[in-house]
Amino acid sequence: MFFSLIESSRSALAAIFANRLRSFLTTLGIIIGVASVIAVVSVTGGMSAFIGDSFASLGADSLTIRSYTPFEDLMKGIRSRLTPGDLELIEKRGEGIASITPVLEANRSSQIKYGPQTAYSLIMGTTYAYQDVAQSYTQIGRFLAQSDNLTRRRVAVIGEDVKENLNLPDNPINEYVELSGEWFKIVGLLEPMGDIMGQSRDNIVLIPYSTMVSILGNQSRIDIGIQLSLTPAANLENVVSQLTTVLRSAHDLRSDEDDDFRIQTAEQLMEQFDQILGTLTMVIGGIVSISLLVGGIGIMNIMLVSVTERTREIGICKAIGAKSNHILMQFLIEATLLSLLGGLIGLLSGYGLGMLISSSIPDFPPASVPLWAALLALGFSGFVGILFGILPAAKAARLDPIDALRYE
Amino acid sequence: MGNNTAVINLKNITKHYEMGSQLVRALDGINIEVERNDYLAFIGSSGSGKSTMLNILGCLDRPTSGQYDLNGKNVAKLYQNELSEIRNLEIGFIFQSFNLLPRANALNNVMQPLVYRNIGFRNRRSMAMEALTRVGLKERVDHLPNQLSGGQRQRVAIARALVTQPSILLADEPTGNLDSKTTLEIMELFDELHDEGHTLIVVTHEEEIAQHCRRVVEMKDGKIFSDNSSKKKAHEKAH
Repeated sequence: MFFSLIESSRSALAAIFANRLRSFLTTLGIIIGVASVIAVVSVTGGMSAFIGDSFASLGADSLTIRSYTPFEDLMKGIRSRLTPGDLELIEKRGEGIASITPVLEANRSSQIKYGPQTAYSLIMGTTYAYQDVAQSYTQIGRFLAQSDNLTRRRVAVIGEDVKENLNLPDNPINEYVELSGEWFKIVGLLEPMGDIMGQSRDNIVLIPYSTMVSILGNQSRIDIGIQLSLTPAANLENVVSQLTTVLRSAHDLRSDEDDDFRIQTAEQLMEQFDQILGTLTMVIGGIVSISLLVGGIGIMNIMLVSVTERTREIGICKAIGAKSNHILMQFLIEATLLSLLGGLIGLLSGYGLGMLISSSIPDFPPASVPLWAALLALGFSGFVGILFGILPAAKAARLDPIDALRYE
Repeated sequence: MGNNTAVINLKNITKHYEMGSQLVRALDGINIEVERNDYLAFIGSSGSGKSTMLNILGCLDRPTSGQYDLNGKNVAKLYQNELSEIRNLEIGFIFQSFNLLPRANALNNVMQPLVYRNIGFRNRRSMAMEALTRVGLKERVDHLPNQLSGGQRQRVAIARALVTQPSILLADEPTGNLDSKTTLEIMELFDELHDEGHTLIVVTHEEEIAQHCRRVVEMKDGKIFSDNSSKKKAHEKAH
């Protein structure tokens, strides 16, 4: 059995290489299928490692609380809110909190002016605690101070992109920018943060929370976000459940009502992203398996032709003593090797394609193919070969030696 | 009588085909014994049943009825895979159109039957080299069939038949595709193989070929028409 396995592989390879062009065209379906799945996996693999790094920079032990309005309530014109009162309550009763800050964002990008230059940026009202919570520090100047909030000072800390967009000098400290018709003095420039999912985190203007409230006007209607970071000893789950209890009772929710807020951790964000990526990979995987299926059918087709062409050869082999299983193995191995070779070529070209894609996107991490994906791709193409080789191989094995010898 | 030296013993062998609604009696009650080191020719016109005879003798086909003892073992009712094994162990085929594997060189062609016996590469190689040396093709072992002349191809085929050391060499019109000079060379090789103790059965319609053989059996309408073996008559009396 072992000898004949080696022998079958040897003559299968001889048969495959005797018809190089045909073998290549036959396996093209497999090659394309495997190449595309490997390209996608190598790019998304690099991407998710990259995204993981960016989320870690958000601070794994930080929490964001936002109001959440279910769709039915939205239709009824009801909007859930988080209020400064909620913030005070959490500050007072929350346990395991290292620092906490309100975040008040304008609904959309706001216009900023500096001299003749105009730019759009995210304006965020927050407090000095934001720098610890968001791990965002200044490279020049200072961060927002507590006194800025108490006196509603018109000062701003800007991100790297804002400086670029407004053509501010390299040291923008003490320059004035116009925001919603008010003049703000720049007191600090943030360290660059890079971007997440293609969105820059450096196009941001931070102003004191109380200043933001007064700009937005009607204080009773505002809906704030709360960001907080935990003490090293605190347990994330405990803190989340305690905060949930505090906020539910503050919002007078009955036990059968859903939370009207969401507590998000950086980890959750990452999981959500991984989930999206996973779904994407699966969808592409589905498309690819269809192409592998088509590739397999192509192999079956050519193997059937090959069996017919080699009918006489099969007859000769049977005459000199080949049993059905020898012939079966011969063709099954040929189909499998053909498919595996296609898989191998696909693997290499997919990796090449992935590297090409990731190197053409600036700042993108290099493509990497995880071992499991490579093995899976090869395994699957081998499986396709066996699956679609069975029919032709069985046809060859069943041939009657006399008829086969007589075949012209 | 003489059963201990009989390689082949056919008893009342028939082979019937359905051709449409018609029943064709390709072999119709054949009784024949072939002894070790016999050198026998089946002759007859086309349709006489000699091809069917060859298929039955070569275990490529099973008779409709009757008993076929090959080396004392009845092979008439064996399954296809068992017949494959018998062919591999007992029979060396030599065909009119050589029937070599086109993509394999001479050496690999001769080694091929040994693959089905699970013989290791080294042994296979040395056995094949020996057989190729015997037929005088030692210098051409790495040639592909299409790089060899007709006579050389037939020699490769003979080497392939010899390499398994079979009980019988079964040749089907072995010189049908060869010119007269090469035909003579091949038949001389056959004569030598007979002298070395091989049992040869040749199916042919050419008188000159049959003349090389010690025993000539003529077939007609699926029956044995004549047999120049004196032993055959004795055999028939015994039954």
